[in-house]
Amino acid sequence: MVNKIASSIAEALAGVQDGATVLIGGFGTSGIPGELIDGLIAQGAKELTVVNNNAGNADYGLAALLKAGRVRKIICSFPRQVDSHVFDELYRTGKIELELVPQGNLAERMRAAGAGIGAFFCPTAFGTELAKGKETREIGGRQYVLEYPIHGDVALIKAEAGDRWGNLVYRKAARNFGPVMAAAAKHTVATVYEIKELGELDPEAVVTPGIYVSKIVKIPRVATQAGGFKKAA
Amino acid sequence: MSMAYQKRTKDRLAARIAQDIHDGAYVNLGIGMPTAVANHIPAGREVILQSENGILGMGPAPAAGQEDYDLINAGKQPVTLQPGGAYFHHADSFAMMRGGHLDICVLGAFQVSARGDLANWSTGEPGAIPAVGGAMDLAIGAKQTWVMMDLLTKKGESKIVERCTYPLTGIACVKRIYTELCTLECTPQGLKLVDLVDGLGHAELERLINLPIAA
Repeated sequence: MVNKIASSIAEALAGVQDGATVLIGGFGTSGIPGELIDGLIAQGAKELTVVNNNAGNADYGLAALLKAGRVRKIICSFPRQVDSHVFDELYRTGKIELELVPQGNLAERMRAAGAGIGAFFCPTAFGTELAKGKETREIGGRQYVLEYPIHGDVALIKAEAGDRWGNLVYRKAARNFGPVMAAAAKHTVATVYEIKELGELDPEAVVTPGIYVSKIVKIPRVATQAGGFKKAA
Repeated sequence: MSMAYQKRTKDRLAARIAQDIHDGAYVNLGIGMPTAVANHIPAGREVILQSENGILGMGPAPAAGQEDYDLINAGKQPVTLQPGGAYFHHADSFAMMRGGHLDICVLGAFQVSARGDLANWSTGEPGAIPAVGGAMDLAIGAKQTWVMMDLLTKKGESKIVERCTYPLTGIACVKRIYTELCTLECTPQGLKLVDLVDGLGHAELERLINLPIAA
């Protein structure tokens, strides 16, 4: 019988090893798997490489993982935020390595990992600092940069509902990196607010098919909180 | 120096840009100033807004108390979804940009070169923490990339330059520049005038930018 439902976050994260590459979903306030990040802090793995769009906000979640000294390197598109003081301090004192990746390349490099692509030519960042030292090629009169996949050992994502086969649906823009990260990691753990019986999720509307998911854990529903956003001009 | 001309206010500038967005266009508005363009789409035009975090058919900010922090824009502010809108994941969202499916994106800028090179992600300040987000993907992805910015810095220097001195976001990717004083087109031959605010002469604009501008 296939049963991907874990009874606790600790059980779902038990196998995370030191030195692992951990893909963490979320964009701004939406889709951040806060409970799983807290679980990873409790679990104790260190020397981690973390992939996230940002580099943590305030003193909770990813920022708390950084503050605990457990992250060696972060791969992200936008570390600098109004409340990214934990990352800022670690970066300025040379205690964390940063690989800055344009957001679309971040997504596509993980998509490539999940799809078994060895590398791909991408027009983004051609001629900029972020393509420095990378192989380039002109194809059909346009310039491209060679980009390699980002494979995860673990992905931590937040979904809305799932079933024991690991099928997932998301809520609104909280979907963001979730489906891409789920496919790019060897061990994908998702939190859900609801566990459905098999067949209850509309098969036409399943976003992440269970084959990409290793464990799902039910968590109590809490409304997504405000925070970390920029002021409009 | 002649000061007989009136600068476009931010709202007038946003309205000027909105006037050029065609009915049925798929548009991404960058964080900051460009967001305001959404408030000025002329009546009768249906424009579908994309947000990099996986939204098509993005609507305005919700009423106070109706915020849903699972539904935010690229600037991480709460928004709404219009009837007909859709959600999708990040790889799809950026495929939409890179694949040339968006008609227009409007971005802010630190500098733009006469031939359309864009610098809008870093001032290259030593010790500054770099952050790029979706700027590089957007700049080269949309069918047309437009820049919305002040022409002059606080010191009165032109942000339209022969060659960008700030780190580049993309090469020859900007098609149009909308500023408080003028609208210009970037072409392989250099700048071309689209319009000027009342009272500002072509020669005076060339003096401010210090580059030739084709009429």
